[in-house]
Amino acid sequence: MSLFAFLGTLEIGFIYGLVAIGVYLTFRVLDFPDLTVDGSFTLGAAVTATLIVAGQNVYLATLLGTLAASCAGLVTAWLNLRFNILHLLASILTMTALYTINLRVMGKPNLALIMEPTVLTPFEGLGLPDMYLKVVFVAVCAIIGGLLVAWFLHTEYGLAMRAVGSNKRMAQANGIVVTEKVYVGLALSNGLVGLAGALFAQTNGFADSTMGIGTIVVGLAAVIIGESLSSSRSMLLIVMSCIIGSILYRIAVSMALNADFLGFQASDLNLITAVLVALALVFPKLRNEWKAKRATEDKI
Amino acid sequence: MKLTSIFNVMALSTAVLCTSLQAKTVYVATTAIVEHPALDAVRDGIKAVLNENGYTGDKLKFTYESAQGQPAIAAQIARKMVGDQPDVIVAIATPSAQAAVSASKKIPVVFSAVTDPVGAKLVSRLIQPGGNVTGLSDMVNVRQHFSLIKEFLPNLKTLGVPYNPGEANSVAIVNALKEAAQEMGITIVESPAPKSSDVMIASKQLVGKADAIYCTTDNTIISAFESVVKVGMDAQIPVFAADTGSVERGAVAAVSYDYGDLGRQTGKIVIRILKGEKPGMIDVKMAEGTSLFVNTKMAARMGVTVPEAVLARATKIIK
Repeated sequence: MSLFAFLGTLEIGFIYGLVAIGVYLTFRVLDFPDLTVDGSFTLGAAVTATLIVAGQNVYLATLLGTLAASCAGLVTAWLNLRFNILHLLASILTMTALYTINLRVMGKPNLALIMEPTVLTPFEGLGLPDMYLKVVFVAVCAIIGGLLVAWFLHTEYGLAMRAVGSNKRMAQANGIVVTEKVYVGLALSNGLVGLAGALFAQTNGFADSTMGIGTIVVGLAAVIIGESLSSSRSMLLIVMSCIIGSILYRIAVSMALNADFLGFQASDLNLITAVLVALALVFPKLRNEWKAKRATEDKI
Repeated sequence: MKLTSIFNVMALSTAVLCTSLQAKTVYVATTAIVEHPALDAVRDGIKAVLNENGYTGDKLKFTYESAQGQPAIAAQIARKMVGDQPDVIVAIATPSAQAAVSASKKIPVVFSAVTDPVGAKLVSRLIQPGGNVTGLSDMVNVRQHFSLIKEFLPNLKTLGVPYNPGEANSVAIVNALKEAAQEMGITIVESPAPKSSDVMIASKQLVGKADAIYCTTDNTIISAFESVVKVGMDAQIPVFAADTGSVERGAVAAVSYDYGDLGRQTGKIVIRILKGEKPGMIDVKMAEGTSLFVNTKMAARMGVTVPEAVLARATKIIK
C-alpha cells in the first residue's frame, strides 16, 4: 500500500469513525436499532453541498447539513415514540423518505464540489500538503467528536440516557423522562452521521444520492470491530475504539483492493473485506480461548 | 566487508534493471463504480485498443478495480490509484470519475461513460478542458433514437421511460428526451425504479399509458432489463433500448455505439496521452458509432412489424 493510499484509507476511516460513534449511540447506548443513517449520511452531504454550490459559507453549510441530519433522527424518534411504530420500521420509513428528500435537496442525483471551496480551503495556505491536510483535519474532527460524546455520556444527562438504554422501565421509575432521551440520542447520532456525510462530500468532491447505501453496515462493523479490540468499560476508550474500528474496516477494504496479486478479481472485493473483518472479530476470541486453555493446563 | 559491497553491486544492478524495464512499461489503472455488462465492455474496449497499438504483454500494466456501487469505496480506490502512480488513470462512470479527479492533481485522468462531464465538474469546458483531465461523454443521441422508434410506430404519441431517478446520467438523458419529445409532439411518461427489484413494477405502470417503452442507458434498468422485456411481451408494447447490447437481451431495436466502441474511443484518448500529449489540450469527445441492431423474434412477440428500410440497414439481425 502506498503512502498516498494509506492516508486516503485513514481519512475515510476517520470520517466513518463519526458514523461509528453515531451508530454506537443508537445501537448500544440507547438500544434503538436505527437505520436512518443510510439516509442521514447522504442528507448531511446533500444539504452541505447544495449550500456550498449556492455560495454559502462552508462552515455554515456544514453546520446546517449536520442539523438537517439531526432532524431526520428526530423524525424517526417521533414516529417511534408518538405513534408506537417499531423502531426498526420507523427508521426504515425515514431512510426511504430521505432518498427522495435528498434528490429534491440537490435537484439532481449528483452534485459536484470539485472546484468549490470546502472546510479545508482556509487551511490550504499553511504549507501542509493536501494529502496530509485532509487526514489531519478529519482526524481532529473525529477525535473532538469522540471526546465530546465521551464527555456527554459522563454527564448526568448522558448517564440518564445510558440508563434508558439498559433498562427503560427502571429508568422511568427513577424519574428519567425516557422519550426526551430518545429524541436527543437520535438527533445526536444522526447529526454525527450527517457531519460525516458533509465531510465526505467536501474531501472527495461530490455528493451523490447513492453515497449513503450501506452506511449502517459499515458503521455497525466498525462498532463491533472496536468492541472486539477493547473490553474496557471506560466510555472514552469505547468511543475511541469505534474510530479505530472504522479505520481497521477501511484498512481491510484497502488490503482487499491490493489482493489482486493473489489471483483475486475486482469483483471479489466485498468477500475479501468480509473475510478480513470476520478474522479481525474471531482472532481476539480465539486468543482468549487459547489463553484460558493454557491457564487451565498450567493449573493441572 | 566484501560481502556487503557485492550486495551493493547487486542491488544497484537490480535497480538499474528495474528502471530500464519501467521505462518500457506503461501503467494504465482503470476503475468503475460498479460491474455490469456495459461498463465491463468499456474496460475491455480500452484494453483491446491498447493491445492493438503495441501495448501488450510486458509493455502494459493494466489494472482494474470496481467500487461495488459504493462511493466510499470509489474514493478509496481513487486514493490507491494515485498512490500507485500510474501513467494514466481511467475512471468509468460519474462517481468514480469525480473521486479520481478530486484525488489526482497531476496524474492524467481520462473519464469514460460520463454523460454530463461539465455538470459533474470533471472539466470546466469540453474544448481544450485544461488541467489533467479529459475523456469521453456517452450522452445518447436521443433524436436519432426517436426517429428509429417512429419508423416502427409512425403514430407514436406516448413513450414510456422507466429509469432510476437516483442516477445522474439517467436524469440528464430523460431531460434531453423531454426536450426532443416536445418538438416532435410526443409525450414522455416517466416511471421511476430506484432499485433493480422495482423495474418490473415500474414497467407495468406503463401498460395502457404508453405506445412503446424506451430504456435509456440506466444502470438499474439495464441490470433488470429482462423484467421490462417480459412486460413488453405480456402487454404487447414494443420495448426499445438505447444500447445495442440490450437488443440481444430482448429489445426490438436500438441504434447506438456499443460500450465496446466507447471503450475503444476512450482507449484512443489514453494512447494520445501515453504518447506525450497533455490531457488538458485534448477535447472531450462525444461517443460516436452507428450500429443498428434489430431483434425480429422479439418484434413479432411484442406485436410490431419491422420496416424493410430498418432491416436493410441493420448491422445485426437477431432472429
